[in-house]
Amino acid sequence: MQMVASVIALGALQIGCGKKEGADAGGANRNAANAAEWKVGAYLSLSGDDTAFGTDSKEGIELAVDEINKGGGPKGKPLKVLYEDDKSKPEEATNKVLQLIDRDGVIAVIGEVASARSRAGGIVANKKKVPMITPSSTHPDVTKDRPFVFRACFTDDVQGRMGARFVVTDLGKKKIALLFASDDLYSSGLATEFREEAKKLGAEIVIEKKFLKKETNFTTYINEIKAASPEIIYAPIYYNAMAPIARQAKAAGVPGSMFMGGDGWDALELVRDAGEEMEGAYFTSHFAPDVPWQNSQDFVAKYKARYGGRNPSAIAAMAYDATRLLGDAIGRAKTDTPEGVRDAIAETKGFQGATGTINIDAERNADKPIVIVQIKDKQFHFHSAVGGQVPPK
Amino acid sequence: MMEILSALITGIAQGSMIALIALGYTMVYGILKLINFAHSEVFMMGAFIGLFAITALGGTQAPLLAGVGGTLCAMAFAGVLGVVVERVAYAPLRGRGRGLSNTRITPLVTALGMSVLLQNLAQLLFTARYRNYPQLLPIEHTRKVIFVTAVLVMIGLELFVKRTWMGKAMRAISMNAEAARLMGVKTSRVIAITFVTGSMLAALGAVLFCLDQSPVYPTAGVVIGTRAFVAAVIGGIGNITGAMLGGLLIGVIGELTKLTPYSGLQDVLVFAALIAVLLVRPTGLLGKPGTEKV
Repeated sequence: MQMVASVIALGALQIGCGKKEGADAGGANRNAANAAEWKVGAYLSLSGDDTAFGTDSKEGIELAVDEINKGGGPKGKPLKVLYEDDKSKPEEATNKVLQLIDRDGVIAVIGEVASARSRAGGIVANKKKVPMITPSSTHPDVTKDRPFVFRACFTDDVQGRMGARFVVTDLGKKKIALLFASDDLYSSGLATEFREEAKKLGAEIVIEKKFLKKETNFTTYINEIKAASPEIIYAPIYYNAMAPIARQAKAAGVPGSMFMGGDGWDALELVRDAGEEMEGAYFTSHFAPDVPWQNSQDFVAKYKARYGGRNPSAIAAMAYDATRLLGDAIGRAKTDTPEGVRDAIAETKGFQGATGTINIDAERNADKPIVIVQIKDKQFHFHSAVGGQVPPK
Repeated sequence: MMEILSALITGIAQGSMIALIALGYTMVYGILKLINFAHSEVFMMGAFIGLFAITALGGTQAPLLAGVGGTLCAMAFAGVLGVVVERVAYAPLRGRGRGLSNTRITPLVTALGMSVLLQNLAQLLFTARYRNYPQLLPIEHTRKVIFVTAVLVMIGLELFVKRTWMGKAMRAISMNAEAARLMGVKTSRVIAITFVTGSMLAALGAVLFCLDQSPVYPTAGVVIGTRAFVAAVIGGIGNITGAMLGGLLIGVIGELTKLTPYSGLQDVLVFAALIAVLLVRPTGLLGKPGTEKV
């Protein structure tokens, strides 16, 4: 049924295109200088397991687009974002990016949050030579060896190492337990980086437990970790697994302050569902609503005004930054082609974003500060910021 | 040693929950020789309704009322849903397919379709966000409640099937549906009651599961549903005590795996156990060879 519908839709589109633009050879004259607007594609997890990521991203993008278009848009033409739902599945991400590029002829693509999907989408974008910018995928492979794929955030290498430094140096914890999802790229990648850096800094990994990401019963893991008596548990996993872990940990007598995580925790659901159990926990992230920087506070005020007083999540803040960065790059591009936009993104230096000052480095990653967030009174609070410079590996 | 003991206890709690879901598969199979794939979605729907009812009844402010009331609401809803699924998707096929060669495969495909339909319906109605149950009871108590409930339900169900007229009718249909009908058993009513019972147990399991391990989302039934189905098969599909046994086995194997460095291979071991059991006893642990009359 679905297939039939999309075939019909495709057919209709082709007919429409034919009428409007005449012979369009596979979208070759996409975004010709005389088009009325800049078409940008966004593929997001608007349904499926990671819906919160997708909807938060969309809010950030919409806020940024309104702001960009208020001033007339880059080179006096408004930005138009076409949204596609990848249902939280990598294979759908591939399809959607292909659709956005081939069917809609977008000049650039924004997406995704989860690295597995950004990687899938990035392969397509790179092959089609259309620049893609992921607001918040932190796995190193996403941008590696793909000259058209950028990110507006730091990578897991940096995040894992900075997390280890914070735990060992700032908190002074030397006995560490690891708990992560072995079948998740993000979780296992972060755990690997953290483990290496922590060992280098003289800490000891007393126990390491892997689980499958669909697991919901963590009592056995927690009891075993507790028996190994670590000073802190590094749990770089997504928020939806962290809520049951925190609850079951508390029941087993392991308090929230024993946990340290990564940016996968950064969804308001976590504090809504397990705020009490997570009291005192730290995690490395990109943003917190009370980051003391001027640009960030301006963004928070605008977001609250638009979305009924809610505090923005880091995902929303990064989507906002990535969209504005893209708008800025389109405005600076020497030619109005995907290649021109790619070059302009690559040259981004000192971009003032809501999540800090962003420099795009030679590896197409963002060089920017990492924020340490602490959970206090069921809220995310800014604790400190680490670097802007990458620690040596 | 302590860890092994606590893993055993957790495994038993987990296993009895799996067993509650496995009962639904086993009962329907026992009577209709149909694997009701939509059962895991009835579980998920029950979990959602339970969450809404518990929240509406005051949640943590009135834990006893919310817990009991929520569970009853979820069970009532799931019971109705189970019958609706049966009446809409399975009963018409039974009527029309009589005497045709593919009478077994058509309802199976319909069951798969029903499962996908309910999953997507839930996504549409409730969105895909993860929702966590409020904590009505500390987790260690929830697990005791789960175990006691599961044992009581098994005993009750065994008595129901062995000692009541309705149970006798169910067994009669299971042996030979046509003959039972000729003897005056109202087959369609008995089948409906089977679906109601199985679905209500799934909802009971769902509420207990979510009170224990929190999140509910539209695909929440898939993981536990698969395990429950495996449990039913290991125990001998169609056999109620077998479902309990299979559930416990899977729960305990799963938890013990977590103690090893190979915790990532949990599902591999569960399915290896399934294959091992079936190789030695093709009808499952308690399944009787030759009971299937077609």
